Amino acid sequence: MDSEVAIRLQNVTKRFGDIIANDNVNLLVKKGEILSILGENGSGKTTLMNMLSGIYFPDHGDITVHGKKVTIRSPKDAFALGIGMIHQHFKLIDVLTAAENIILGLPGHERLDMKSIVAEVNELVAKYGFDLDPEQKIYDMSVSQKQTVEIVKVLYRGAEILILDEPTAVLTPQETSKLFDVLRNMRKAGKSIIIITHKLNEVMAISDRVTVLRKGQYIGSIETRDASVEVLTEMMVGQKIDLEIDRTEPMPFVGRIEVKNITCRNRDGVAILKDVSFTSSAGEILGIAGIAGSGQKELLEAVAGLQEIESGEILYHSPEGETVTISDMKAAEIRDLKISLAFVPEDRLGMGLVGSMDLTDNIMLRSYNEGKHFFANRKNPRKLATRIVEKLSVVTPSVDTPVRKLSGGNVQKILLGREIASSPNVLMVAYPVRGLDINSSYMIYNLLGDQKQKGASVICVGEDLDVLMALCDRIVVLSGGELTGIVDARTISKEDIGLLMTSSKKGGAQHAE
Amino acid sequence: MLNDHEVLAKEPFFRITKRAHISNFKSWGIRLIAVVLSLIVCAFVIMAITGENPFNVYLGIIDGAIGKKRRLWVTIRETLTLLIIAVGLTPAFKMRFWNIGAEGQVLMGGLATAAVMIYLGPTLPNGIVLLLVFMASILAGLLWGIMPAYFKSKYNTNETLFTLMLNYVAMQIVTFCIVFWEKPSGSNTVGIINGANEGGWLPKLFGLDYGWSLVIVLLMTVGMYVYMKFSKHGYEIAVVGESQNTARYVGIDVKKVIMRTMMISGGICGLAGAIIVSGASHTISTSTAGGRGFTAIIVAWMSKFNPFVMILVSAFLVFMQQGAIQIASQFGLNENASDIITGIILFFLIGSEFFITYKVERTRAKKEATAK
Repeated sequence: MDSEVAIRLQNVTKRFGDIIANDNVNLLVKKGEILSILGENGSGKTTLMNMLSGIYFPDHGDITVHGKKVTIRSPKDAFALGIGMIHQHFKLIDVLTAAENIILGLPGHERLDMKSIVAEVNELVAKYGFDLDPEQKIYDMSVSQKQTVEIVKVLYRGAEILILDEPTAVLTPQETSKLFDVLRNMRKAGKSIIIITHKLNEVMAISDRVTVLRKGQYIGSIETRDASVEVLTEMMVGQKIDLEIDRTEPMPFVGRIEVKNITCRNRDGVAILKDVSFTSSAGEILGIAGIAGSGQKELLEAVAGLQEIESGEILYHSPEGETVTISDMKAAEIRDLKISLAFVPEDRLGMGLVGSMDLTDNIMLRSYNEGKHFFANRKNPRKLATRIVEKLSVVTPSVDTPVRKLSGGNVQKILLGREIASSPNVLMVAYPVRGLDINSSYMIYNLLGDQKQKGASVICVGEDLDVLMALCDRIVVLSGGELTGIVDARTISKEDIGLLMTSSKKGGAQHAE
Repeated sequence: MLNDHEVLAKEPFFRITKRAHISNFKSWGIRLIAVVLSLIVCAFVIMAITGENPFNVYLGIIDGAIGKKRRLWVTIRETLTLLIIAVGLTPAFKMRFWNIGAEGQVLMGGLATAAVMIYLGPTLPNGIVLLLVFMASILAGLLWGIMPAYFKSKYNTNETLFTLMLNYVAMQIVTFCIVFWEKPSGSNTVGIINGANEGGWLPKLFGLDYGWSLVIVLLMTVGMYVYMKFSKHGYEIAVVGESQNTARYVGIDVKKVIMRTMMISGGICGLAGAIIVSGASHTISTSTAGGRGFTAIIVAWMSKFNPFVMILVSAFLVFMQQGAIQIASQFGLNENASDIITGIILFFLIGSEFFITYKVERTRAKKEATAK
């Protein structure tokens, strides 16, 4: 029944230099089905979808849409074929309304009739059960509303095939289930939907079929009802993996970093942290949860001395019992105090490391200034680099390779390896496994667990609630820069954290206006 | 529903992909091909304009640059000047501080040199005058370098515009001083300073006219290489240049590094002014720097900030310039002919970097598709 097939890819290959991003990949999407494309970072999911949406052009292979062989050279071609992609990063204009963004770039008529456009948009919204006001400005919207605009935009252009690139990465559990309801409505209406993801639970919840890619190669497709999390993991990674995180009991509470009523503003004068207080303990992993941009980054940077604090203070209680106020110190002063505060920032190559420098020079970043000598000592950093490469099994040609050339997982191993080499009393990590494959992720979890057992106070900002709940002892929840709860990670439910992530201290929902 | 003609359009003919890595052999090969191609194009241009045999013209270039002992030494002298300015620019550009004010920094260094020579040259012993010349020229260049650095680190002003404008300020100051120093009066030039007693002139070394210049410039070149590669300062400069965020994260004082580096950069450019005025021209005018502050930027970039490669690149550029001056007179060409030839060669050399970074391929998929 070829008429039922929406898209068929045959032996599609795409190379970037020596790297084969897609190697003879086959893919089939039927009309009225939801297909998940599952694979680790670097497995070629996004490259494949970019070829469907006209951003890349395949080196080899055929693309068939509705039974006709096609050549997609640009996003315009893709639109003409009824293929619409919703990217991870939204492409919307803040000062325009939803409806204005939706019609942007369309030919339209001589006279712009916004009224009928709004009516048309409302019709779509009602049909699929979206929650959207077409006349609301984008800057007034939450992330999930912006995503809705992107989806409606694609539908308005008559897309029959929708591609969503990691749509749930920025959503709370509640928003995710709302999105899934909408997707199911679209399936009922006969649309074909492709979801790119690496979250197994979601694959099981939403899709009809799963196609698995691994290292650019097509591994196989199975019906979701025949699949299980274990089977999918094995297909994705190529081996059986124990998905349990080894969590030990925390040590008795000993305050290490005490954050007292801190408020910070960003460059535009907007309060990004509001009156936040908590105390981290030695020998525990303290998670920080929240929607992206709720102040997580600023909180860690404030502790590290990189973010200016408007009011409040941050105290450091040393294992020897001394108390130091670190909130009015700069990063260099904190370093010179020998507090050994380690920080793995979110932006690994833009802040934690220097991409164009080799491993040795990157390891040296923390220690280059030791000693009074005019010349830098590269001998010890080189030894340390070699040791980290061995211990954390970093895949690299040598310690003289620029870190930019390493894969995401190996970059993170270098960064984390350097930070824990000083046996820190405080270890702060932001999104430590973002973009990492499963094996590397579990290695990172274990390293964090080791530090906790050594008595370090580990503070971990994360985005995957399942992981935070399995890894941490306590979880601090931020919502719009406010602290909305400190909960026990062993007993709290995912839904409760989701509620805290969107609530404000006064109790009302954040986006209700 | 679909428009087949539109959708089944032809595939792109070329494909440009970034090279993962390239061997040294291949990258120098590409550069060599670029030089050969540029010489061929130059030959056609020369023939079209003059009708001369290009080989004669090229021989004229070689003759002009190194044909006589004096010409060889002029080429070496000019190379040294260009080299030391490029060396001075290195730390600034490595820090991604777009210092296009070398012209002004050189001019201020030259002006300070001239001032010391004019006011102290005839009276003090030559050794002390020279010491003062070096100190004053470095200080003047340093001042011209630290100004944009201060405003950059304090108010985040645009250093490109700032350093560029300072070039004109330096030029105006020189014009102003010439009014006081002109000799003979009415000539509107300073003339040769201390022509009789050679006060403040760099003396001969090992019997060579430019011996001291040679020693100073080569010392600076080696010194800069060591400074950038092995010192903590050099490391800080590299980190600040690549990522200010990383620098702040590890506790590097970014403002301090910017100020310090521009002091060094400006100081060396100021010293270049002393090399020109005290070591060669013994006079000062608004064209003392002569555009070398800009040419040196090309030298620094083409050498990828390696001071030793800079020796070769600056020698090549000066060679071409000196040769072109020769053919201009020999074949009755305009002075600008030299610029045309240098321009064509630079165009090819800079263009070759594209082919070193990227690979251009013909699309093959099409043939295979039709074969099926």
